[in-house]
Amino acid sequence: MAGQTLYDKLWSQHLVKERDDGTALIYIDRQLLHEVTSPQAFEGLRLAGRKPWRIDANLATPDHNVPTTLKERAEGNAGIEDPVSLIQVQTLDDNCNEFGIEEYRINDPRQGIVHVVGPEQGATLPGMTVVCGDSHTATHGAFAALAHGIGTSEVEHVLATQCLLAQKMKNMQVRVEGKLGAGVTAKDIVLAIIGRIGTAGGTGYAIEFAGSAIRELSMEGRMTVCNMAIEAGARVGLIAVDDTTIDYLRGRHYAPAGEQWEAAVADWRELVSDADAAFDKVVTLEASEIEPQVSWGTSPEMVTGIGGEVPDPAEAADETARTGISRALEYMGLAPRQKITDIRLDKVFIGSCTNSRIEDLREAARVARGKKVADSIKLAMVVPGSGLVKRQAEEEGLDKIFLEAGFEWREPGCSMCLAMNADKLGAGEHCASTSNRNFEGRQGYGGRTHLVSPAMAAAAAIAGHFVDVRDFGDAANDATQQQEA
Amino acid sequence: MQKFERLDGLVAPLDRANVDTDLIIPKQFLKSIQRTGFGVNLFDELRYLDEGQPGQDVSNRPLNPDFVLNQPRYQGASVLLARQNFGCGSSREHAPWALADFGFRVVIAPSFADIFYNNAFKNGILLITLPESVVDRLFAEVEATEGYRLDVDLEQQRVITPSGEILGFSVDEFRKHCLLEGLDDIGITLQNEDAIRDFEKKHREARPWLFRDGAQA
Ligand code: SF4
Repeated sequence: MAGQTLYDKLWSQHLVKERDDGTALIYIDRQLLHEVTSPQAFEGLRLAGRKPWRIDANLATPDHNVPTTLKERAEGNAGIEDPVSLIQVQTLDDNCNEFGIEEYRINDPRQGIVHVVGPEQGATLPGMTVVCGDSHTATHGAFAALAHGIGTSEVEHVLATQCLLAQKMKNMQVRVEGKLGAGVTAKDIVLAIIGRIGTAGGTGYAIEFAGSAIRELSMEGRMTVCNMAIEAGARVGLIAVDDTTIDYLRGRHYAPAGEQWEAAVADWRELVSDADAAFDKVVTLEASEIEPQVSWGTSPEMVTGIGGEVPDPAEAADETARTGISRALEYMGLAPRQKITDIRLDKVFIGSCTNSRIEDLREAARVARGKKVADSIKLAMVVPGSGLVKRQAEEEGLDKIFLEAGFEWREPGCSMCLAMNADKLGAGEHCASTSNRNFEGRQGYGGRTHLVSPAMAAAAAIAGHFVDVRDFGDAANDATQQQEA
Repeated sequence: MQKFERLDGLVAPLDRANVDTDLIIPKQFLKSIQRTGFGVNLFDELRYLDEGQPGQDVSNRPLNPDFVLNQPRYQGASVLLARQNFGCGSSREHAPWALADFGFRVVIAPSFADIFYNNAFKNGILLITLPESVVDRLFAEVEATEGYRLDVDLEQQRVITPSGEILGFSVDEFRKHCLLEGLDDIGITLQNEDAIRDFEKKHREARPWLFRDGAQA
């Protein structure tokens, strides 16, 4: 018998029951909740007179539309100026209260973006099934957890039954082999993957990221990669357990301790694909060929290297691609063959569940240190992923570096990743953003998003347009030194 | 959930690939804590010329005359014809809520994004995947014929065009069953309550650390 993939193992460890038609009942170990996709689920429970199946499997925090200015945050919920946002955040508090669910409220230092908070607290563990009413739940797969986004009906279903009705996905392996160049990061890896396989490339698959370049990444880098599996069309992104995974988890709040820790670690070590496991599809990338990436269009697959240019629709492969490119260029206000380095920016956003962890902020700060945000930039903001990330960054003095350079230093939340709060782009504004989606209107009506890594975003803030972070001031120097060392 | 058996519906064509959930229902409307009322803001950014706000009266907003759903010939459409990777992006169930609230019961496309696919069926919307070449042809027919309707028969798993052509489609048995009967998933799952309890007990014994709550730490 052929070996099992990591996904196969996680699936069979959680299989409660399988129907003849292929639909299966899967047990869910952890559900993360936030204010946007849960109110209708709680309401459904109440209407049906149902109780949550296992309260301690749930953890909640408001993130999507919490304000990020200190002024609004100082007063807790009462400070939320938008009355509709206030109701939503308040509703989460009320629901968690009523059902007894643990919640990190708006001004709790542990509050933050669900996908930053879960791993940070050790609430995401290897071998778990993790769900959340949010597509970027794929993030947690970096821990060899079977994690994916669900809709609100499914949130209610998990609350009521601790299970999910699911169909087994196919297995895809994306191997990234070799060494990344200096200044090239996890974000560039995943953007390059999406550029290669397209936004529907992973539809129907669970993607396992493997290869030496993935193994070299820290847990935070791995989360960045898995986070964007969904932009490649896959609900699930996975990375096998190794020492890096285990070291990260030791001592975290929800992680096991003592004897249980030893038993858990032994169990987790098995969470790798067997050497003879068969994948339905394998894609390989060479790490050394990946440049810092910049998206130019309105879909994450519309991406190229910093040395590249905007495509010419005239050269598109077919009619659908041609209209797609033309429409994107029109929306983005870009000309065919325009050089990426000639794209001028209005705003810069460093944050989101893709890139708002401490290493992301360090990377951006290293570029920004001692420099000034260009005068032409109307707003450059840094939004830490959680209160604990913010505290850590302040202990390291990163906030000062950003503030001195002219960035705003904000309170944790999703912020301008989807612009549900006051942080948004104006029509026609170009933004270098470390988030994950460049859809039309995503960061504000008529706004134009370019997806990049934190270092590239910081460099763009200083230059006022995109620049290759590899030839950029201290970052380039540091990087060379690291390489030489 | 509303049952779906058979529908003879007017078809509206949305000729655009990779329609994402942000486009189906922009985020400002996600602040609602209801399940209904999203229909007026379906495709908001394409449908209106200004930026919409939640709770706003839409009757005074300027319509985009070029947008397909604003054209008189497509008023009352209940079948949406779309392009590949429809519904990509976020997990927001507000997307199918908005489609259903507007009056769509069927979406036909060459492919759908996974999460959207699940969400749509849970809201009584039938998604039909047809080969790209067939969808191309349907686009041409819809544009050429005013009042173009499709007869969608879930029981028989077929779509019948005005010319009498029969297009078969596949749908998994469980989803079909739920849709035909209008069944609530939770009720079905709770029929397995004992199996879930048994599983949970074994799972807890094998991997107790998965059951630690934060308060124990
Ligand atoms: S940061 Fe952005 S992508 Fe991540 S959960 Fe928040 S809104 Fe979604």
